[in-house]
Amino acid sequence: MNWLKKRPAYPLLLPGMLWLAIFFFIPMAVMLYKSLETVTVDLNYQQHFTFDWNFSNYTDNISQYKSQFARSFLYAAIATVAAFLIAYPLAYVIAFRGGRWKNLLLLLVIAPFFTNYLIRTLAWQTILADNSVVTSTLDAMHLLSITDALGWTQQSRLLATPLAVVSAITYNYLAFMVLPLYVSLEKIDQRLLEASLDLYANRVKAFMKVTFPLSLPGVFAGTLLTFIPATGDYINAEILGSPQTRMIGNVIQSKFLIFNDYPAASALSFTLMAIMLVFIAIYAKLLGTEEVTTV
Amino acid sequence: MAQAATTDTAAATPEEGAAPARRPSRFWRKVRWQALNVFAGLVLLYLFIPISVIILFSFNEPAGKFNLTWNKFSLDAWKHPFGAPGIESAVKLSIEIAFLSTIFATVLGTLAALALARYNFRGRSATNFAVFTPMATPEIVMGSALLTLFITTQTPTLGFATILIAHIMFNISYVIVTVKARVYGPDRRLEEAAMDLFANEWKTFRKVTLPLIMPGVGAAAALCFALSIDDFVVTQFNSGAEITFPLYIYGASRNGVPVQVNVIGSLIFLIGVGGMFLNLMIQNRRAKRDAAASAGAVRRAQAAEGTA
Repeated sequence: MNWLKKRPAYPLLLPGMLWLAIFFFIPMAVMLYKSLETVTVDLNYQQHFTFDWNFSNYTDNISQYKSQFARSFLYAAIATVAAFLIAYPLAYVIAFRGGRWKNLLLLLVIAPFFTNYLIRTLAWQTILADNSVVTSTLDAMHLLSITDALGWTQQSRLLATPLAVVSAITYNYLAFMVLPLYVSLEKIDQRLLEASLDLYANRVKAFMKVTFPLSLPGVFAGTLLTFIPATGDYINAEILGSPQTRMIGNVIQSKFLIFNDYPAASALSFTLMAIMLVFIAIYAKLLGTEEVTTV
Repeated sequence: MAQAATTDTAAATPEEGAAPARRPSRFWRKVRWQALNVFAGLVLLYLFIPISVIILFSFNEPAGKFNLTWNKFSLDAWKHPFGAPGIESAVKLSIEIAFLSTIFATVLGTLAALALARYNFRGRSATNFAVFTPMATPEIVMGSALLTLFITTQTPTLGFATILIAHIMFNISYVIVTVKARVYGPDRRLEEAAMDLFANEWKTFRKVTLPLIMPGVGAAAALCFALSIDDFVVTQFNSGAEITFPLYIYGASRNGVPVQVNVIGSLIFLIGVGGMFLNLMIQNRRAKRDAAASAGAVRRAQAAEGTA
């Protein structure tokens, strides 16, 4: 009678997990294998790959592209913090003051992301162009001379600067930050907030002691969902950046698709993945979120 | 009752005692309250800046090849949305891939989600971790790893099939997570009751389980479609010579994006948002009707009690 308990789960799992195994996990292993191969080019300009535990693919490429690695993590970190600072108040207002407009407000948050990623980024190209309203206004307010001094922009222009790349990354992943924050804030029991106001008699303190800690799962999910894709991103750096803003994604992409230097590209790609996993593990420990796999 | 009243007064006393000394004036509290709302409003406005630029420039008649500065109002691109060479086949390919990958990923993912939510089996937490890993992987790593598989196995031509394979792959995890959240909810006893009545697994699944998890499955399918039609990175690595709509835009961005791209971008935006808005309205109406129905039931029950 009770098929739900007796029947093993494996037949239901098999097709989906097989797909993930063949097209996600095995490719990871293949990429690891490929990253230890050596390329030789014969007299007919044909590439040949031989597996010989060529660890120099790692050492050479990491030392050659360490500035791109560092830049990727720096840009992604700044963009994640910026997205958090922008998204938290918005998620807070929707969750606690949205009332019957909650769903409509959420729809407004998601709506912009229905336009294609590339079109959005190209729109930023228009907005930040040299003679655009934004650029000339900021220049007139002498804000660009400040960002110039900080090294965020050059020659009082916005396009082709780190500032443009980082702000576009912030914008492009904002929904990934707002939604998890909203979900965790929305779950908080109103009575706990009232109790906390009674206890601490100070809104700021009540927020720091009760609301914020309770929203930590959302903070965890939101920052990861922003940071991970932001680190691997190469579109923003390509469309809005310059050779000085190249990120590791740009290097991997060109090595794979333009130079066909698969072993080097695989080594870089695998390194990025490894750093990311270590980072996630440490981060999960720090924030004490045990249910990483269920976010 | 009595207990609630005592906690109320107990909690209220210290606050009232401390209030005059510590609390800022009513005016500042109001300013602070409004400041947060204003900030949230500004963020929403900021979210729509690029969208308004996209829509505005879909009515532009650019002076040169680049549609970057405003020149002249024109409806040409809206009259001929497929007027730029190659754009029609790109949009068609994107829709085909999105449609097929949504179907495959939704079916595979829903089955796995049922297994993960319903059964306790050996390897369950490992499976959960395996489902989570692709979502924690940067797209470029995912796309490049799949490319190395195709290179190593010497897959003859990259194209439609490899794009489809890739899209199903990255969609499965999202389906599992979305549907699982829903499966945890519905009452399992409903299915057990159905099993007693119908005594057929397939019928129980079709008549009880599926309708219960349908909202989750629908949300997952919508998410898949959106992720697939928008995907650039994984597709770029595994597309060979095929060109999807995002790849078309990327190619065009080097030597001038045709205005038609803005038109189609605006259309996808309007259809997506319109669909979500409609869904929201239907949900609201249903919630109201259910509330009214249950209120009616309560009234009838009370009336019956009164007569008895």
